[in-house]
Amino acid sequence: MSLLQVKNLGVQFQTPDGYVYAVNGVNFELEKGQTLGIVGESGSGKSQSVLAMMGLLAKNGKASGEALYNGQNLLTMSPKQLNGIRGDRVSMIFQDPMTSLNPYLTVERQMTEVLQLHKNMTRREAKKRAIELLEAVRIPEAARRIDMYPHEFSGGMRQRVMIAMALLCEPEVLIADEPTTALDVTVQAQILSLLKDLQRDFGTAIIMITHDLGVVAGLCEKVMVMYGGRVMEYGKSDDLFYNPTHPYTIGLLGALPRLDHDGDTLVSIPGNPPNMAHMPKGCPFSERCAHANAHCVEVLPALEAAGNQTSMLRACHKSVAELQIIKEKAYA
Amino acid sequence: MWSYAFRRVLMTIPTLLLVITVCYLMLHATPGGPFDTERKISAAVLANLQAKYHLDLPLWQQYLYYLKSLLQGDLGASFRYADWSVNDLVANALPVSLAIGGGSLLLSVFIGVGLGIIAALRQNSIIDYLVMLVGNLGSAFPSFIIGPVLIMVFAIWLKVSPAGGWNDFQISYMLLPMALLTFINVSTIGRVMRGSLIEVLNSNFIRTAKAKGLPMHTIVFRHSLKPALMPVVSVLGPLAISSITSAVVTESVFSLPGLGKLIINGASNRDYTLVLGLVVLVTVVAVVLNLLVDLAYALLDPKIRY
Repeated sequence: MSLLQVKNLGVQFQTPDGYVYAVNGVNFELEKGQTLGIVGESGSGKSQSVLAMMGLLAKNGKASGEALYNGQNLLTMSPKQLNGIRGDRVSMIFQDPMTSLNPYLTVERQMTEVLQLHKNMTRREAKKRAIELLEAVRIPEAARRIDMYPHEFSGGMRQRVMIAMALLCEPEVLIADEPTTALDVTVQAQILSLLKDLQRDFGTAIIMITHDLGVVAGLCEKVMVMYGGRVMEYGKSDDLFYNPTHPYTIGLLGALPRLDHDGDTLVSIPGNPPNMAHMPKGCPFSERCAHANAHCVEVLPALEAAGNQTSMLRACHKSVAELQIIKEKAYA
Repeated sequence: MWSYAFRRVLMTIPTLLLVITVCYLMLHATPGGPFDTERKISAAVLANLQAKYHLDLPLWQQYLYYLKSLLQGDLGASFRYADWSVNDLVANALPVSLAIGGGSLLLSVFIGVGLGIIAALRQNSIIDYLVMLVGNLGSAFPSFIIGPVLIMVFAIWLKVSPAGGWNDFQISYMLLPMALLTFINVSTIGRVMRGSLIEVLNSNFIRTAKAKGLPMHTIVFRHSLKPALMPVVSVLGPLAISSITSAVVTESVFSLPGLGKLIINGASNRDYTLVLGLVVLVTVVAVVLNLLVDLAYALLDPKIRY
């Protein structure tokens, strides 16, 4: 049995303009110690998928499908049961370290309460353990700084505190929702290598949500590419990077600035992500896809084996061979 | 923090001086004087009276006389109540107003914050709508309407409390006026608390707290209460001051011998020293309350340090 098994996950929001289907039919599996990357543009549903699993959707949101942690469905369990798992066995790091820590409580209070709750430690024991974790994420003078408030830390340091906080109970799954987006590039690299080290030391499985393909390449074994609330392509990250089989993935990779390539202009995928309230009937990417035809607009492609390799899954009506020609053009 | 408090108190001196001066001039600019009565007073007696209270001197000299006695902590002698100093009058009336105003404010904080929390947690439920309805009623109807309604229901129909008056801090006489002030204050505090708590509960750090698996009561009381109380503290200052000034109405409705009653009597009798004394008192209280509010911010928010 997989550690985490997500089956046909969907997220819908009730809005004044009707239902918005933010996530549709997401499936994936996560094994112990593995890293899965979820990639996509803003609004592609990547964050909402994991928020649904953690029971953190906004009030008007509703999750469907299954998210099985060790066989127990996170989506249907009681709040009490869920509270026993989140923060303890499954924990999460958020995108914005500046606002994700409580500005009114000391770091010590925010860390020790997790251990007091899940591990029945005394405050003193919990503080000792919290200092160890702060040292593990390389916060200097952790014993002194733990009694400070979040506003006395820099952005990168706050994200380290968030990571330390998420790792307090040695969770089996760590969900990182764009953990480096709000940080500058040098700090980004530090945080990523930190996550890699911690994964090695603690054996934690990580779900890394990002729109940065570089982050995925450096960290993840498997990647899921999302667009318009659906999975476009899913497989081993090596396969995906060297042999992308979906026009959207090809476009994303083609849009990466390359050192070995001269060019004045940045390549981009023309158009904008679709309005989630009015999704096209067929493939969500059809509006922006250079190769879409009437069939693509009308009929939703299923997520199927790509055929060229064993592991890849893709949702596209066009055959891999057909796209091969385009890809060569894009990389030329 | 203490040096900040000290500086703040020093800064109030010009404010106080300005308030006193403006009020002094306004009072003397209004037509009529303290000894204008329907019964004619003989010219000799009037001259004596005016000399006694320095009313025969030019205005600026009167003003300086007043400031001098004020500096000595003496609010002066009442023009109207010959045997009473303003200090005595205030000393008698202040405990009445303090008991009713302060007591109801304290009560309103607990009830208002409590109702605000319940309404915020049960947003858009029946309880929430009920709390909001009560809140809107308390803000919409002036106290001189709610007050008589309370008297009608509880004193005349149900006969459970006296209609008004005062009997040496006997609880039954305090109930209705306190209920009125509490109702009005709760309507403000409850609405503010509800709004701010809803906002706090939607913030990112509460999402983090939920992701940590914390139970709802920890999330509300440990993680949300302090930030949600900030706006409540901001309205407490003005609310406390208004419970003194609105005492003018409440104390008339319930015939209470408090500060409000004194203000009315003083103003209609042209009792210059009495009115000025009360103005000084209210100003000092306002300044102190604002200082307390600012200090309370620092107590709640670790980012604020003086």
